[in-house]
Amino acid sequence: MNIFKKTILTVLASLLVIGNVYADTIKIGTEGAYPPWNSKDASGNLIGFEVELAQELCAIMKAECTIVEQDWDGMIPALLMRKFDAIMAGMSITAERQKTITFSQGYADEVASLAVMKGSSLEGMDTPEGVNLTLGGSSVKKALKTITGALAGKTVCTQTGTIHQNFLESGDVGSVNVRTYKTQDEVNLDLTSGRCDVALAAAVAFTDYADKSGKPVVLVGPTFSGGAFGNGVGVGIRQGGDDAIGKRDAKLLKDFNKAIDKARKQGIISKLAIKHFGFDASM
Amino acid sequence: MELLAFGKTGWGDELFYATLMTIAVSVTAMFIGFFFALIFTPLKLSKYKSLNLIGNFYTTVIRGVPELLVIYLFFFGGSGAIMYVASIFGYFEYIEINAFITGSMAIGIISGAYSTEVFRGAIQSIDKGQFEAAKVLGVSKFVQFYKIILPQMLRLAIPNLSNVWQITLKDTSLISVTGLVEIMRQSYIAAGSTRDPLFFYSFAAVLYLLLTYLSMKLINRLEARYSRGY
Amino acid sequence: MDFELMFTSFPKLLGATIVTLKLLSVSLFFGLFIGLLFAILRLNKNIFINQFAYGYSYLFRGTPLLVQIFIIYFGLGQIEYLRSTFLWVILKEPYWCAIIAFTLNTGAYTSEILRSAFQTIKPGIIEAGKSLGISSKIIFYKIQIPIAIRQSLPAYGNEIILMMKGTSLASTVTLMDLTGVAKYIISTTFKPIEVFIVAGGIYLFMTFIIHNVIKYLEKKYSF
Repeated sequence: MNIFKKTILTVLASLLVIGNVYADTIKIGTEGAYPPWNSKDASGNLIGFEVELAQELCAIMKAECTIVEQDWDGMIPALLMRKFDAIMAGMSITAERQKTITFSQGYADEVASLAVMKGSSLEGMDTPEGVNLTLGGSSVKKALKTITGALAGKTVCTQTGTIHQNFLESGDVGSVNVRTYKTQDEVNLDLTSGRCDVALAAAVAFTDYADKSGKPVVLVGPTFSGGAFGNGVGVGIRQGGDDAIGKRDAKLLKDFNKAIDKARKQGIISKLAIKHFGFDASM
Repeated sequence: MELLAFGKTGWGDELFYATLMTIAVSVTAMFIGFFFALIFTPLKLSKYKSLNLIGNFYTTVIRGVPELLVIYLFFFGGSGAIMYVASIFGYFEYIEINAFITGSMAIGIISGAYSTEVFRGAIQSIDKGQFEAAKVLGVSKFVQFYKIILPQMLRLAIPNLSNVWQITLKDTSLISVTGLVEIMRQSYIAAGSTRDPLFFYSFAAVLYLLLTYLSMKLINRLEARYSRGY
Repeated sequence: MDFELMFTSFPKLLGATIVTLKLLSVSLFFGLFIGLLFAILRLNKNIFINQFAYGYSYLFRGTPLLVQIFIIYFGLGQIEYLRSTFLWVILKEPYWCAIIAFTLNTGAYTSEILRSAFQTIKPGIIEAGKSLGISSKIIFYKIQIPIAIRQSLPAYGNEIILMMKGTSLASTVTLMDLTGVAKYIISTTFKPIEVFIVAGGIYLFMTFIIHNVIKYLEKKYSF
């Protein structure tokens, strides 16, 4: 029995790999599958707008950062389990998410858009250029009506657990046949193969895909912001608290906000945005 | 074909390591399963109703619920559960259980439920006379079990255990959700990167067939060895 | 333990169970015919025919169901030529892709079950039939098939349960079956244990029903 007990204890001990030495090292989680916000290069290294922005912010905060890859659908649970300390994964600030985590100020705007393959019947939709759901108004209502009519009976695809999915299911565009996928890549694949009539995601995600793959994907309809689409993209952080970890998280939030302010003043965010998006998407 | 080349441009080496990972997880899961089976088989065969209940609960639940659901439970809840246990002891830091252990444990628990049934069936089909003869010999219960009953049980169990092995091997394809890079995950990455899902998933099928074929050969050898003298 | 969540998620999960049952019943229905066909082919004396049937069964039993679904859904979807044929109307829908994958898979396992059932019919019974002057064809339909069906009930019952668990893989190709909805709820509420209990409970209930129906059929048709 003694040897037995010892073996069990050794096995159990070896199972635990203790990670995350908090100190001055900040672990930042990203998806690595949402270009141009974050993606991977051919060798598997994480690249993209947010990866570079994270490095800049950490330099300003004088902290050491490591960037960790995480599947999108496990992003918030992983943050809560302290697999990393911050999320920079194109995650929009929404009231829903703020129930579980907190966000820094927004650092970039993510306008969403519908996309179709060239030649689709939805091309040339008669809508204003941009629609802000928070501001509302009669023009917004009219645009939503046009879109509802256009999407009726069509299959719309988007990534699971995103603001885009929330919008489609909110009823603002009637009842739509929504299909959700694990990654944006799968959405793109089914859009090009014709399984989806139309897809919804960040406008830059589609333009990036059209560029890199050469497939004739075109944006249709207005660009969406506000309402279900949240208020820009920010750094996701655990909500502060009274215990030791809660205090560290609260400090991290303050540090990130200060760093973003500095980065904005120095024009770093604008520069990176133009580099990756082609236009200044900074907030 | 150049897609399969080893080195930077081709996916050959990644897939090779992924295959090794699949084998590693399957073997580990199989042994974890045996560990569980050795606990739950006696429970199922016990004369106490309450112990029976625990044993039956394990096999019924695990064999009746989809593997994907068990894996999600493990993946999303596993770390949390361990951390909860640790926090009772006053340890509040993040505990990362590496993906290999998580995946192997999840498949191991599933594999164990099937192995339990196999062991139970095997023990029940050993002639009662063997148990009595073993008792009569006057050796300790330990020796009775390990030197007399167990070898016979293994011989009877091997054909069915080979089925459990096949199931375990194929179930490893489901832990691609935990991010562990085995055959399915690597094929998914390669397919996404090259936009050629047909080629890579078909190749994954070939790899699994290869593993199945080699397993069969090995198990036939094992069967022959253990059946010596019968 | 969040009982409120378990309460509110139950109706959603129950609705998704309909999808699971649809997938299960359609796949089993077509799979049974394919299984019978290939079992017969396997017993054929022609070596090309029986090896072909063996190959089919080896292919679909030796590879994971997940790989099979991915090849049919993602792989076939990639072929430009296919997209222009009428087949695309079927292959476009994830529902039919899943059905095709499940049907082929259960067909392979069913063919093995039926084949071994045919092979264990005592030759004496067939000889008795022949000596009574009954034609081979009628012996096959009126004697062999019923006996084979009765023999395979336990193993086929197992197969039904395995297939029911297999339908959970439909969630990997966007179908919102019981597992798909369960996963969605888990990822938005972060309460895996509660959802697992409810969803798992529904699966177990279905297993229980299937198990007892098979037991009843075994009793009813025993001799």
